[in-house]
Amino acid sequence: MTTATEIRQLTYRAAISEAIRQEMTRDPMVVVMGEDVAGGAASDNPEHQDAWGGVLGVTQGLIEEFGRDRVRDTPITESAFVGCGVGAAATGLRPVVELMFIGFLGVCLDQLTNQAAKMRYMFGGKASIPLTIRTMVGAGFRAAAQHSDSMYSTFVHFPGLKVVAPSTPGDAKGLLIAAIRDNDPVIFCEHKVLYDTTGPVPEGDYVIPLGVADVKREGTDVTIVAISRMVHVALDAAGRLANEGISAEVIDPRTLSPLDEGTILDSVRKTGRLVVVDEDNPRCSVATDIAALAATGALEYLNAPVKLVTPPHTPVPFSPALEDIFVPTPQRVIDAVHEAMI
Amino acid sequence: MDIDVEQLAWIYERMQLIRHFEERLHTDFAGGGVPGFVHLYAGEEAVAVGVCSNLNDSDFITSTHRGHGHCIAKGVDIDSMMAEIYGKATGACKGKGGSMHIADTSKGMLGANGIVGGGPPLACGAGLTAKIKGVGQVSVCFFGDGASNQGTTFEGMNLAGIWKLPVVFICENNGYAEATGAEYSVSAEDIATRARGFDIPSITVDGQDVFAMYEASREAVARARRGEGPTFIEAKTYRYYGHFEGDMLRYRTREEEELHRSRDCIQRFRTQATEAGLMTAEHLDEIEGRAANAIEHAVKFAMESADPDPRELLTDVYVDFPADSMWPFQTAPQFTAR
Repeated sequence: MTTATEIRQLTYRAAISEAIRQEMTRDPMVVVMGEDVAGGAASDNPEHQDAWGGVLGVTQGLIEEFGRDRVRDTPITESAFVGCGVGAAATGLRPVVELMFIGFLGVCLDQLTNQAAKMRYMFGGKASIPLTIRTMVGAGFRAAAQHSDSMYSTFVHFPGLKVVAPSTPGDAKGLLIAAIRDNDPVIFCEHKVLYDTTGPVPEGDYVIPLGVADVKREGTDVTIVAISRMVHVALDAAGRLANEGISAEVIDPRTLSPLDEGTILDSVRKTGRLVVVDEDNPRCSVATDIAALAATGALEYLNAPVKLVTPPHTPVPFSPALEDIFVPTPQRVIDAVHEAMI
Repeated sequence: MDIDVEQLAWIYERMQLIRHFEERLHTDFAGGGVPGFVHLYAGEEAVAVGVCSNLNDSDFITSTHRGHGHCIAKGVDIDSMMAEIYGKATGACKGKGGSMHIADTSKGMLGANGIVGGGPPLACGAGLTAKIKGVGQVSVCFFGDGASNQGTTFEGMNLAGIWKLPVVFICENNGYAEATGAEYSVSAEDIATRARGFDIPSITVDGQDVFAMYEASREAVARARRGEGPTFIEAKTYRYYGHFEGDMLRYRTREEEELHRSRDCIQRFRTQATEAGLMTAEHLDEIEGRAANAIEHAVKFAMESADPDPRELLTDVYVDFPADSMWPFQTAPQFTAR
């Protein structure tokens, strides 16, 4: 890990923006494209330029610095611009493509799973695809079923893709820089609820290697593996569990593919209990994958069945009353830990 | 015509290499020796060769499931192609891609592609690289009448149009998408007319006439190199064999096939070149002989090549990934070579 000079408090949004800006400065082959990553492309009015800067403002300011050649608004044609990113990556650019919401993956799935993910293998190692797909995940915005998915598990399923889901501003910066520099296609999943959260972010060239989990809280009685926004839910639960004398270790895999199996297994062997907290659909998911990891790699250490805390296997509901039940809460994590402690 | 004997000889050699390559595969497939799905390009040689005669190694092409002709026209090594089709370690892709995925990025050949319509977005990406690097490369997208109906093709044309990408779209209209005729599946008499909706200059060309293909694509490639954006060329052509080898062709008549064979692009080239006094029959025969020998050599090379090392199963998935995690949740089997 590169150590950076100074640590400031930044939002998750600003940390991501800083990572992109730094990499665009460092490498002229880095280009950004996506729907309204700047906005106002048809207008000559200077005030209309950068009208959006990304739907939630993450890429704001980039065209001012790098111009429209390298910050490209695209038509709403995900197959074309995601595939364009794949072809550009195969031929020498290092594109950072924004797929606005992960729920739009169905529109461009072939370009990711049949083209980006398989090209290197099909071509016997003669191609590399240094492509980063930034995409927004997660419920909590009352955005209903097609704009609230997590779905990173879908990408983990495909060999050839790497998948990253940072939970803090610092991790977001360090992992995004690593993703952009990586020579494989990386799906970088940003949780929309986290954009305004703040945390310490090192300045400068701060790189967190892909495939390395982070122990967000050390503990001895139970291992809680939590992903993306759920890390904060798990930490909240762990704090409250400490008050009743239960010491929970919270592990954030940070990268879902490759998964840092060693850190998870070591922790499970130490605590003997595993709770997995995940916002993605529960069937065939990263959560069940981690449960399978414990079952195949550490069953003899387990003192209780593995507990999952996930949404129900339903689409994300719109009604605030329903969405608030859908998303796992600290109380559900506490309840699961209690079940595991018996 | 502004074309010298050396270039004519190259065109004839490439067309003959493709024809002999495909004829040999047709024969060997029938004999049961060729594994997997094979889609032959015989009959369409003038399209790939006419277009690629205007390209350099630094230019890019995307291809289709019917990609052997594009590979040969773009200069991919014939031995490595045949070895790839036989799944051998010496194959262009180390035997891991097969007929439908032959690629050679060092020649700008970005892969045959098993997905109909998979190529146009990729070609736009190569075009974007060319545009940003600004060294005059072009990107050629080969696709068929079938792919002309895919959304990716329309999306790619739109993107190339708005960004003025140096992309040349080559629609190989061979009349059939699998077993379905274009007359049924394409809602247009000439597919080239579809480009008009994107304000992309387009033309329909006799794809059995390599000189016509050469001329049309020369202008399109020049436009792209000048930064004037995409061009769309529809080549009316015909595949002599089925969609794939083993296709019984119960959807077209023998009369139709004979009609198209009577307009064979290679025979036509011979006639044109000799009648115009550009090349002699002896020279052409000599070129054909060399092509036939090259294919014979390629088959021998493929047959004598070793299978891939079993360890190759797990490599080339990523540039960089923990090696011990390629076979999760289980004890990996012991590898033994066949």
